[in-house]
Amino acid sequence: MNPVTTIAHALIALGSVVIGLFGAIGRLARFALTVLTRLVRPPYYPAQLAEQMLVIGYFSLPVVGLTALFTGSALAQQIYIGGSRFNASSTVPAVTVIGIVRELGPVLGGLMVAGRVASAMAAEIGTMRVTEQIDALTTLRTDPFRYLIGPRVVAAVLVMPVLVLASNALGVMGGWLLATQRLNFNSAAYLNTTAQYLKWDDVASSMVKAAVFGFFIALMGCYHGYHSSGGAAGVGRATTNAVVSAFILILLSNLIITVIVFGS
Amino acid sequence: MSADITLAGVRKQFGRKVVLDGVDLTVAAGESMVIIGGSGTGKSVMIKCILGLIRPDAGSIRVDGVETVGLRGKALAAHQSRFGMLFQGGALFDSLPVWRNIAFALAGNAASRRAAAIDNLARVGLGADVADLRPSELSGGMQKRVALARAIAARPEILFFDEPTTGLDPIMADVINDLIRTLVTDLKITALTITHDMASARKIADRVAMLYQGRIVWHGPRGDLDTSGNAFVDQFVHGRADGPIKMPVRTL
Repeated sequence: MNPVTTIAHALIALGSVVIGLFGAIGRLARFALTVLTRLVRPPYYPAQLAEQMLVIGYFSLPVVGLTALFTGSALAQQIYIGGSRFNASSTVPAVTVIGIVRELGPVLGGLMVAGRVASAMAAEIGTMRVTEQIDALTTLRTDPFRYLIGPRVVAAVLVMPVLVLASNALGVMGGWLLATQRLNFNSAAYLNTTAQYLKWDDVASSMVKAAVFGFFIALMGCYHGYHSSGGAAGVGRATTNAVVSAFILILLSNLIITVIVFGS
Repeated sequence: MSADITLAGVRKQFGRKVVLDGVDLTVAAGESMVIIGGSGTGKSVMIKCILGLIRPDAGSIRVDGVETVGLRGKALAAHQSRFGMLFQGGALFDSLPVWRNIAFALAGNAASRRAAAIDNLARVGLGADVADLRPSELSGGMQKRVALARAIAARPEILFFDEPTTGLDPIMADVINDLIRTLVTDLKITALTITHDMASARKIADRVAMLYQGRIVWHGPRGDLDTSGNAFVDQFVHGRADGPIKMPVRTL
């Protein structure tokens, strides 16, 4: 093939990808804007909000808590082993609390909730879409954005900081348990050092991250569910896309917040 | 109270596929119009355009003389509040019991809404004993009846029926047809039904129109169905493979 033609084809393919990417970002931004603008105007659905807070928050607590507990323990063990190489094994409580509260608590909590909640939202709303239940809502004088999507987004933003707070506490507890039971740390000294190194800024950044992750988790679940089509296969695709995109947005936004808050 | 509907030159395409290619149709107030046509001819898209769920690419849709294409926000919500719709699969909300499905759009406290739901259940021949069941606990015919009760609960001016007898046995289909005819007459509602079930069309319709390749190719009174002189209608009514309507069937 003519080299000029090959380059032209490559540029066309690249252009299609770029246009597709910007198109997807634009559609998602418009969806998010619609959600936010509808949220501020009545009618409100407090019963839906309460139900979603229960589903997202309370029912996610076991999986988020166990993840934090195990990760905190493993982290303490690794820091102990690594620190022993240069006589710094006493840094276990300080590094564990900073690692858990700043990064692992919110990120692992966010990923676990995304796996559980974004998929469920996409599947539920996607099924409602393909069985015309969303159209039925509209014909019954009910705005799907206010009734279905708004309560899910608000609930996720509100409960994620609480979940992450619990996740942080359990993560630190996991480290403390391992350190005192296996590594012969003194319990009071461990907790004292932990409290000494835990700063308010760390907790605040953790809460901000959690709220942002909650927003992205619900947004991705609702967006992909709302736009699903093509029956059961379409709902399956929506579920997968919701989880993958929520994971990516959580990790990307975590990086951005970390750089902004701790970069300087 | 009922309302008239007028469609003029309504066009809609998805990608390269032209679904509606200039639909012209008038439904008089209080009339029961049935649109017949094969699968994929654009029947569902047409009623979704009238409802404002899909925006047509061109053309005019007037309800009581008021243009509805391009309505947004509160005006669109007010337009949609005039309609009730029976969806093909019922579209009942799985998470809610039957009475909450029926009373979904009704105002008032829980007791009054529940009473209204039970009244509407009675209208479609169901007892109060099903009020607390979930849609998944009902048979297909009962789900259709509950969906019908939900569609009429807010006393709409216009009712749409999307394939009301699909998936039902012939006897239950006849029960649903009778119910639709009775409700349309009693409540003095303008009704638009889309179906490819000719028994249903003959029972429900005052007038019939046939949609083919995105256009209305014939319309007339129900009594003229068998003597329409239209080759498309003749082939469809008699269910013949031979005729001007070609099915895209690939041979092995």
